[in-house]
Amino acid sequence: MSRLPVEKKVLSENDRIAAGLRERFLAQQLLCLNFISSPGAGKTSLLERTLERLSPSERVALLTGDIQTDNDAKRLARFGFPVKQITTGGTCHLDARMIERALADWPLDSLDTLLIENVGNLVCPSSYDLGEAAKVVVLSVAEGEDKPLKYPAIFFKAGLLILNKTDLLPYVSFDLGKARAYALQVHPGMEIIELSCKTGAGLDDWMNWLARRRESGRAEKA
Amino acid sequence: MHELSIANSILEAVRKERERLNGARVSKVGVRIGELAGVDPEALSFGFEVLVKGTDLEPLALEIESTSRRHECSQCKHVFTVVDYRLDCPACGAKETRCIGGDELELAYLEVEEP
Repeated sequence: MSRLPVEKKVLSENDRIAAGLRERFLAQQLLCLNFISSPGAGKTSLLERTLERLSPSERVALLTGDIQTDNDAKRLARFGFPVKQITTGGTCHLDARMIERALADWPLDSLDTLLIENVGNLVCPSSYDLGEAAKVVVLSVAEGEDKPLKYPAIFFKAGLLILNKTDLLPYVSFDLGKARAYALQVHPGMEIIELSCKTGAGLDDWMNWLARRRESGRAEKA
Repeated sequence: MHELSIANSILEAVRKERERLNGARVSKVGVRIGELAGVDPEALSFGFEVLVKGTDLEPLALEIESTSRRHECSQCKHVFTVVDYRLDCPACGAKETRCIGGDELELAYLEVEEP
C-alpha cells in the first residue's frame, strides 16, 4: 500500500471549462455576472428593474437557471433583450458546462454584458465557477441578517452584496447594520448596495455600479 | 445538496488518476475541504457511499480532511487560523489581514495497492 499525493481541484473539469469561458469573455470585452441568492430574495426582480432601465440598443443578454419551468425567462423576455432559460432538471446549481452549451448557438460577439441568474440556492452555486467576472449575492431583508455568517462561502466569494427589499424594513426585525457588519466580517472590504426593487430606492447605486463595471471591462481591453 | 455532484466529480477524478497509474487498484481517496468551500462533509460522505456502490471502483474509501480559514497579517506576516470570524492579527493586533486559505475543495492523495 502506498500513498500518492495528488494536488488537484475536485472540480478541475468545471474550472477548466470556466477558464475557457472567462478567456472568451475577456477577449470580447464582455462583462459576465453570476447572480446568486436563496429562493425569493429577488434576483429576477432585480434583473427586471435593470433591464427596464437599459436602452434597448444595449448589448445585454441573460441566462436564467431554474430546476423546472421557464417562468423567469418569460418574465425577463418582455424587455426585448435576448434571454435563454437553462432548466437543470433537478440540479441545484448551474455549472460551467451548462453555460458553454447554452452559449453554443448564441451571438456572443454581439454582446458586451451577460447576466446569469443562478438557481435559487445560497449554498451549491458558490462552488461552481461559471467564468464570470464577479458573483453578485442578493440577500433580502425578509431573511435573517446572520445569513453571511451561516453561509460564509458565497459571501466570501461574491464581489458585491445587494441588500434587497429595503421597503420591508419597517415590518421586519432585520438589522441592516448587523447584516453589513457580518458580511464585512466574512469578506472584509466587500461592496454593499441597499435597494428596493419595489420602490426603486437605491437602484441608481446598482445601475452606477453596473455601468462602472461594464466600462472598466472595455477599458481593460483597450 | 450539490454534494452528490461533487462526490461524482471525485469518482471521475479517481478514474482519471487510475488510468494515469496504469489501472492500479485504488483503495482510498483523500480530499481536503475548507470551511469556506460551502461543502458539507457529512453529506459528501453519504453521497460518495451511495455513488460508489456497484461501480468498478468499489471498494473505495473516502477520507475528508477539513481545513480552517487561514489569514496572514499584512504587518508582521504572522499566519493564523481564524476562529469565530476574528480577523485581527492575534500576534500584533493589526486590523489588516489577508485570507490565504480555507476555501479548498481538493484531491489530496490516493492510497494505491502495490501490484
